[in-house]
Amino acid sequence: MSELSVKHLLGIKYLNEKDIQLIFETADHFKEVINRSIKKVPSLRDITIANIFFENSTRTKLSFELAEKRLSADVINFSASQSSVKKGETLIDTVNNILSMKVDMVVMRHPNPGAGIFLSKHVNAAIVNAGDGAHEHPTQALLDSYSIREKLGNVAGKNVVIVGDILHSRVALSNIFALKLQGANVKVCGPKTLLPKHIESLGVTVETNLRKALHWCDVANMLRIQNERLDISYFPTTREYTQQYGVNKALLNSLDKEIVIMHPGPINRGVEITTDVADSHQSIILNQVENGVAIRMAVIYLLASKIK
Amino acid sequence: MSQKVLLSSKEIHIILHRLACQLLENHLDFKDTVLIGIQPRGIFLAERLTKILKEEYGVKEIKLGFLDITFFRDDFRRGDKTLEATKTQINFLVEDKKVVLIDDVLYTGRSINAALTAIQSFGRPLEVELLTLIDRRFSRHLPIQPNYRGRQVDAINDEKVKVMWKENDGKDIIYLINK
Repeated sequence: MSELSVKHLLGIKYLNEKDIQLIFETADHFKEVINRSIKKVPSLRDITIANIFFENSTRTKLSFELAEKRLSADVINFSASQSSVKKGETLIDTVNNILSMKVDMVVMRHPNPGAGIFLSKHVNAAIVNAGDGAHEHPTQALLDSYSIREKLGNVAGKNVVIVGDILHSRVALSNIFALKLQGANVKVCGPKTLLPKHIESLGVTVETNLRKALHWCDVANMLRIQNERLDISYFPTTREYTQQYGVNKALLNSLDKEIVIMHPGPINRGVEITTDVADSHQSIILNQVENGVAIRMAVIYLLASKIK
Repeated sequence: MSQKVLLSSKEIHIILHRLACQLLENHLDFKDTVLIGIQPRGIFLAERLTKILKEEYGVKEIKLGFLDITFFRDDFRRGDKTLEATKTQINFLVEDKKVVLIDDVLYTGRSINAALTAIQSFGRPLEVELLTLIDRRFSRHLPIQPNYRGRQVDAINDEKVKVMWKENDGKDIIYLINK
């Protein structure tokens, strides 16, 4: 039997292809579990997990919490906005205080890139990165690839375009790593101001024309415009962005093939994609949400098996 | 390591027919009964019994499912390696049904204990029975006994019972292996 090559899930960068396949195969079993009438297994009944969110999140936090509860782990939640962090407590002090309560695993979201890596060097618990600034969001990338695999049968050889704010997106970076590792062809598309310099060094190609990118791809992963991270103006108006980089039904219909539409959520309806696209049969957005629980169950299960 | 043949192909054949007849005696047309093979090795026994019941004793329909118990085991994180799951395939409810759990070897009873918990994810059975091909009777950790047994074996803990099936291993034979 194989096991993960890592003790923590800090980023896709630290995984290998076998790790991803093992996570996917384990997630397949958990998908079967979560479709039973009783969606719970007792595997992790002796494990305590702390969800520590220093940044707002709804769907990721809910998805992790549901995954943990379906594995029968004990769960405690911590939100920085209602905590001593506001009084000046450091990250390590905060986490060490939580770990003193005999916590085995920490699922952490933090606004600073590398926060999970830093923490893994200082505390004795398994760390799962639930998003660190604009760096990585590994479970999102895993569930995205898993959803592509489910829809198209395979990730290898598929053409995937990631559209939108690549510069500020942890989802984009983790997706690039995950897709490349599995042998997909990856293109990024967006206004030049939102494309990082030297992004080609990650093995992706750049396209600024959305129509050309859509003609090329099998899957379009539409990213959210992160208004909260846009400290300066990267494009003149939202309306202009939508005209150039938004996907609507007319644009999809004008392609000579049917492509798969993905979005990590939350959607700015009418900005990145229109409502009729988000709710169309080509969209797998709700499948992504369902797969998110199975993928997070798999990650937590596999990491927990390494806790001695 | 030495091994001796515990049951030959012919003996297995006779035992399977006896077990099928015992099931038939208690469950008649199998209308309210479901057979559940426990993954990974119990499924071969379950499939074989189903085949005999259908082809040789004319039972028209038997509900047969496969149950993976990995996530319900009590030894998660105790071994060196991660427990690997296999496939669960139960496309029916077990609510108010008579469930017959089927496994090749009954040893400590921990797998059956896990299976009893796992089966409740598919409803509340009316009753649960256990059928096992080999019963290692002095090795139990839990008070679990089979309702139907193929052969009772007194093996010491250093010994291993290895069941081989034609479908998976090329021949039907059971060895007692001294590790």
